[in-house]
Amino acid sequence: MADSIDVLATLKLVYGLYAFIAISLIGWFGYRITKPKDHDAGAKPAIFWTYVAVLAVVGTGLHFLTYNAVPWVSIDLNRASIEADTVFDITYEDHQMTFSSFPMRVGCGEHVVFNATSNDLTYGFGIFRADHTMVAQMQVVPQSRNDLMWKFDRNGTYYIRSTEYSGPKGARMVAKDALVVSGCDQDDVRAVARRGQS
Amino acid sequence: MSFVNTLINGHEGGLKLGSMTPMQKISLRFVVLGVLFYGLAAVEGMMMRVVEITPVAAIDDAHFFSIMTVHPMVGVFGSTYMIVFGAFLFLVPFFMKKPIFSLALANASWLLIGGGTFIMWLAGFLFAYAPLYTLYWPLPADFAQFNIVGGLFYVVGVALIMVGTFLYSYNVFKTIMYTPKGWDTQPSMELFKDAIGFKAIGNFFKGKKTEHIVDLPVAAISRGTIDVGLNAVVITAAGVLLLIYMFGALFGFGLEKTWVDALLYKNIFWWGLDLIADGLVLIFVAGTWYILAMMITGKDLFMKHIARAALFVEMVVSWTVWSHHLMSDQGQSNLLKVLSGEMVTALELVTQGLAVYVTLVTLYKARPLKMTNELKFLLGGLLGFMLAVPAGIIQADLGMNRVLHNTQWIIGSHVHVAILVGLTMTLYSAIYLLLPILTNGAKLYSQKLATAHFWLHLVGGIGMGSFMGMAGIDGMLRRAVYVDGEYNTYMVLAGICGGMLILAFALFLFNVVMTFGIKGLIGIYSPAESDTSDCVPAPQEA
Repeated sequence: MADSIDVLATLKLVYGLYAFIAISLIGWFGYRITKPKDHDAGAKPAIFWTYVAVLAVVGTGLHFLTYNAVPWVSIDLNRASIEADTVFDITYEDHQMTFSSFPMRVGCGEHVVFNATSNDLTYGFGIFRADHTMVAQMQVVPQSRNDLMWKFDRNGTYYIRSTEYSGPKGARMVAKDALVVSGCDQDDVRAVARRGQS
Repeated sequence: MSFVNTLINGHEGGLKLGSMTPMQKISLRFVVLGVLFYGLAAVEGMMMRVVEITPVAAIDDAHFFSIMTVHPMVGVFGSTYMIVFGAFLFLVPFFMKKPIFSLALANASWLLIGGGTFIMWLAGFLFAYAPLYTLYWPLPADFAQFNIVGGLFYVVGVALIMVGTFLYSYNVFKTIMYTPKGWDTQPSMELFKDAIGFKAIGNFFKGKKTEHIVDLPVAAISRGTIDVGLNAVVITAAGVLLLIYMFGALFGFGLEKTWVDALLYKNIFWWGLDLIADGLVLIFVAGTWYILAMMITGKDLFMKHIARAALFVEMVVSWTVWSHHLMSDQGQSNLLKVLSGEMVTALELVTQGLAVYVTLVTLYKARPLKMTNELKFLLGGLLGFMLAVPAGIIQADLGMNRVLHNTQWIIGSHVHVAILVGLTMTLYSAIYLLLPILTNGAKLYSQKLATAHFWLHLVGGIGMGSFMGMAGIDGMLRRAVYVDGEYNTYMVLAGICGGMLILAFALFLFNVVMTFGIKGLIGIYSPAESDTSDCVPAPQEA
């Protein structure tokens, strides 16, 4: 199953390629428009409407693609009909995070819910690997439901960090080794190697 | 001519202040102040870049986040609003071929926006008021962390900016609709409808097109100005709310922060903020591209009826996309996330892509063109949005947002590339194009400096945004402090590119100062000798 590392590596590759094409296109265009006209091309309505259709398909198609390729989207959208195997409560107050159990131990393939409550400000709940790459995050808004359902399929130890700014006092809200996943055949190598963890 | 002489009097005589109209002077007042505020925002940005590389003892967390709070406000209101409003207050009467409705209101606008930006900046500089521009409730009213007086400075500063903004909007629409003294009565409502876009939408579906009475550039300015006004209403309402809580705290009334629903507030506030990010920026930018393409080529815009209709669509789209900022808010309904956050937002790829296409084809059909400063900066601006808009569409996706929200990807690859490369290079193009028109033919001091400005800004802007974006992909948050060198490689590279941006600005500023001369720059702020209400001086008879 794809995880955030796979999704983000694909993004880096695809967007990098797109950026290269866009820069090259404008570079070529800049050169070309200084040269005399040989023929009057590139302005036919059919080309224009095809281009508009491609933009519409690419813009909306991305969402259909990720719905099918990124596992957490369908979990998110169908959250109400999926029963949680484990629920962890996390309370935020005075720039502190308090966990209902610490560390939060999760079995492989379980549907786990992180249920966060803020008693004062808006915070964030982010799960990070030892190399600081992100697994997932959500906003933690006071007076609001903030529950994220997730399924882990690799062993690892993760830290939790508030991903939203809650004033200068909240700039370093980190709980080390707060989440431990076990029982999987595979390890999340970036979450097991603990070098450089803050 | 000696260096000192040029510095004082300008290149080849500098600004001919005596021949400048009041309108020319007012526009230059906006632009010069806007350029200076851009410099302030750039320095602030560079200070944050340095802290992201290595902790600086003089900049603690409170100072760092107060810089982060005022940096976008100075950049957007102090710089972008000033330059755009200055240019548009000149261009609307210029294209309508009639005097501006009120020179006094135009003067009041730059004074209020400039003064308000400075007062708002003091809130961060003197009092470290740092709720960031997003003002997520109840952070701006958290007086355990922030000084109330700082909050008052912030609200008063923003309020002045908003008053200046309302005056600008009123002046633009009155200029379009009013009847100047001695003229035949103007069809006010017809002009208004055409400016807003009702006729453009009708024409889109008609075989035989109705003739427009408002030029396309003015229509673009009008539609962006609608979003400017709506945004000002929302920001003003937030300011009033903050004032109530500030006075409550000052006088000891126990106002519960839970009286305001944080998620509802966030929805309303983002609806308003998005009118800047997805409304007026995209509409004003598209409109400015059209103006620039037409003025550079001297030709009509390609597919102008489609372009007009698209500007109206963009305005309506900008009212309905705010939910893409709340895709990581679990309390937000899935329907809003999918419809507003994903699907309607995806339309921005179409509307902005269409604007890119129309501009490029207009230029292409007029080839061969000379690669002037305005043309190369316009191409840079187009490239900026070609890079930044898809980056935004990617993050406005339920799957991607879960791992990109609040990371450096958002603020680097999307926001900074859009603002620094897309928007700012478009504005530079407008400045280079309008320079001779606004100054009655002042000659640029150095073309070499202008060329260096272009390349340093382009490479620095794309480079900085890209390295920030790559750090974001690797998990770096946008509103956090990293002290252990977690993302040092990316941050050093982004810092080098930030240095290129600062250097580019320094060269540009030096070039402008040497072109106008210090006397000329000061003279812009003295009353005009001529009392004409025309945009440019009447041609001299032979």
